[in-house]
Amino acid sequence: MDRIPILKLNRFLLVTIQVDMHDRLALALQDDLTARIVKDRARGVLIDISSLEVVDSFMGRMIAHIAAMARVLDADTVVVGMRPAVAITLVELGMTLEGVRTALNVDSGMALLAATLTDGEQFNGGSKG
Amino acid sequence: MAEPAPRVAQLLRKHEADILQQWMAYQMSAATWRADLMTESDLREQSRGFLRLFIETAQQSEPDADAAAWKLVKELLAAVSKSRATQGFSPSETATFVFSLKKPVFDLLRRELSDLDELSREIWLVTTLLDKLGLYTTEVHLQSRQSIINRQQQELMELSTPVVQLWDNIVALPLIGTLDSERTQVVMESLLHKVVETGASIAIIDITGVPTVDTLVAQHLLKTVAAARLMGADCIISGIRPQIAQTIVHLGINLSDIVTKATLADAFTVALQRTGARLTRLAAKE
Repeated sequence: MDRIPILKLNRFLLVTIQVDMHDRLALALQDDLTARIVKDRARGVLIDISSLEVVDSFMGRMIAHIAAMARVLDADTVVVGMRPAVAITLVELGMTLEGVRTALNVDSGMALLAATLTDGEQFNGGSKG
Repeated sequence: MAEPAPRVAQLLRKHEADILQQWMAYQMSAATWRADLMTESDLREQSRGFLRLFIETAQQSEPDADAAAWKLVKELLAAVSKSRATQGFSPSETATFVFSLKKPVFDLLRRELSDLDELSREIWLVTTLLDKLGLYTTEVHLQSRQSIINRQQQELMELSTPVVQLWDNIVALPLIGTLDSERTQVVMESLLHKVVETGASIAIIDITGVPTVDTLVAQHLLKTVAAARLMGADCIISGIRPQIAQTIVHLGINLSDIVTKATLADAFTVALQRTGARLTRLAAKE
């Protein structure tokens, strides 16, 4: 089965969703991601959905769940690169992803996460920070 | 009826001036006469033109309004109908222009024809003819009204949704006019596309030009704000007039999650602060 790759960037994890999500893939992603947050002591998760063209309520709920799980493990979640059509669909479905932070692209998402770090754990401080 | 309505046409020709006089008097006294929309001389002009053409056509061809010979009459009526539609006459007031001709014509026929059979036959002929022409007038009236409405609708859509860039990372959407579902959809899409295009992080929605805010409009606004937020852009709603602020509270609409400002200037200042820019006044030169 395919798995969605999770990349580590200093204290953050970058997830780029480039294939159609289905149930099992999403559940596997949840497993992998929570495990990696703990293992890498990640402080933030960046989910890039810029290549996602179709979205449904399941997808919206999955993103919300991932954000909630990351929150419990003390990591912020930023969803970046959502397309206008996807945003409209999610709003029409009544899913405004409360509690999930958003940014226009990976760059500004990364800046958003970096701003949350406290002095002791600077962006370049690595996992030791 | 190979010989086309000879009696009626002949009689009409003979008494054309009288008929016109009576018709005018009847139209002016009718309840549907709108002195505020049209002058007497205009009405006289229209009436004379129609009557002359009507008599000419009736003399020359069979009394069937669908026939080709009546095309000129119809064109004249269409012109009258269109001008009345733009002047603001109602459909029935416009149709009355044609129907009111019946009274003087019937009066004339009653005076001139003594044979009951002939009288009723001629009256039937005139009445079907005028009915058809009257209905045609109404139809044209409705069509021209419809085209006016279509044009206005299109104009409304065109002036509805400009998204302007105010500064780096700041776009503004000045909303003008009533928001309905269809327009909101257009507004939302153009705002989101502009956000992607400019990479803006803050969008200011200015509702100074929105006349009323009800629960539906508020819901549309909230949806737009939510969609922009999902894409990573914050929204500020500005241009809230005092009455609208009162309405929003009375309706129990919750805008507390959204930054709202009274004027576009205030919203712009906040947006500048958020993007890390600052406005300073140059020291006055002495």
